[in-house]
Amino acid sequence: MSAPEPPPRRPALWAIAGSMSRSQYWMFAAVGLLLPFMAWAALSASGWVDPVFLPGPLQVFERLLTWLFEDELLRDAGISFYRVFAGFALSAVLALPIGLMIGAYRPVEALLEPLTDFIRYMPAVAFIPLVMLWLGIEESAKISIIFIGTFFQLVLMVAENVRLVPRAQIEAAQTMGASREEIIRLVLLQSAKPALLDTLRITMGWAWTYLVVAELVAANSGLGYAILKAQRFLKTDTIFAGILLIGVIGLLSDQAFRWLHRRSFPWLHGRG
Amino acid sequence: MMNKVTIQNLGKVFAGSTTAPALQGVNLSIADNEFVTLVGASGCGKSTLLRILAGLETHTSGSVLCDGQPVAGPGAERAMVFQHYSLYPWLSVIENIKFSRKLRANRGNLMSSDVEAASGRADALLNLIGLNKVAHAYPNQLSGGMQQRVAIARALMGRPQVLLMDEPFGALDAQTREVMHDLILHIHRVEKTTIVFVTHDVEEAIYLGQRVVLLQPRPGRIHSIYPVPLPPQREQDMKHTAPFRALRAEILARIRESAGVSTDLDMLGQLNATEV
Repeated sequence: MSAPEPPPRRPALWAIAGSMSRSQYWMFAAVGLLLPFMAWAALSASGWVDPVFLPGPLQVFERLLTWLFEDELLRDAGISFYRVFAGFALSAVLALPIGLMIGAYRPVEALLEPLTDFIRYMPAVAFIPLVMLWLGIEESAKISIIFIGTFFQLVLMVAENVRLVPRAQIEAAQTMGASREEIIRLVLLQSAKPALLDTLRITMGWAWTYLVVAELVAANSGLGYAILKAQRFLKTDTIFAGILLIGVIGLLSDQAFRWLHRRSFPWLHGRG
Repeated sequence: MMNKVTIQNLGKVFAGSTTAPALQGVNLSIADNEFVTLVGASGCGKSTLLRILAGLETHTSGSVLCDGQPVAGPGAERAMVFQHYSLYPWLSVIENIKFSRKLRANRGNLMSSDVEAASGRADALLNLIGLNKVAHAYPNQLSGGMQQRVAIARALMGRPQVLLMDEPFGALDAQTREVMHDLILHIHRVEKTTIVFVTHDVEEAIYLGQRVVLLQPRPGRIHSIYPVPLPPQREQDMKHTAPFRALRAEILARIRESAGVSTDLDMLGQLNATEV
């Protein structure tokens, strides 16, 4: 009597650090995104909660449309976008060279890193009153808050990205006769680029957080201000719409960074 | 004939170190086109010696001359091959090999005839290491052995006076290593480069070297220098000959002695004794 042939072994989905097909991944992701959404819809439809406090998804979506077509959603989002971009760009443009120097030269590290560490622990939000005193509620105030919130973290992360460049890559260049300037430009910067782009992607998320904080207290335009104004008039649907919108913008910019990463570094993603 | 490398009374104490000097009273002359291997127990300073030759590490006493010039820092005439992680993953194989030319082009002192010569040289090196087919692949698409071939070709690109190799095959499997051994011997014959090669593998040291330098730890110093009693043209079969095995046994015995009072084997013996 011969034993029945055992079925071929499939890779286990639930094994620790197991494998997963791309379609399975998207299925799980869709469930993860839809479940809370459905719970929200069910809760608001059940009538247990006053719609003033918890508007339903449809109501929020409708509000989003009226905001877009009757009020000035694009203007609000545009001004917020401009602030984030300006604050983030300013912070990146200054943090990249400073972080690079800290990562490359020990004396620069000793000079600047303890200082940066110290300032980093001061809460950016606590600077808002000071910034308002100095700059009022001009555009520069919002941009400054975003700058304070992201710059010091960015400097330290850039320095760490540069320090993680393998020593052998640097020493190989030295024994090929590379100058210090060439090592920084042709080895450190090139080698750290993928990590730097990831650092920018992560910091971009913080920039949005600080933007909303800045707009909540020191603005008369933008998505954060719209949320604050909606609270005064008990327009919870606008609050929901604003929060969701910022979430979607964040998700999109994150995906854009990931796309750029895959495009820019084919050698990392296993394509020749 | 003038020495390629002259090391006199070399000493090295690492800053803040309270243990024995990393190197003490090291004297060694290396002739032009010689292949010298350095072996010894861990902590004997063989890698430190190589790094001082490369100019990547400073020495605290004595002198190191290359072509009669004191070594004052890293330079293109003393290229180094590392054990791993030294290739540039963002550059293709051929771009990695041409990296040293990129440095010169970058300084603007390169003629168009130089660029042509560089391409010819890079292609010749690619042939030499047998990787023409993967010239445009990225390093992380290659096996470990192939990556080390690229690292060797890249180091040779600038026609260094001395090729320094720091356990370059230490991370490869045994079969790949044998292939690499014959490849590096072939390169040595073709390129006529002086090679200083650090390894912890005694068999590798004898098979490759014309002389084997044995170092001892605490303080790091040269114990003895063995001329290898084998014909210059090496073949794998020679590993089973009497002179090869005798030299291997001799060097291994000296390493065991110098490793200290208790070797790992002794300690294992003690463990077994207490366990009963």
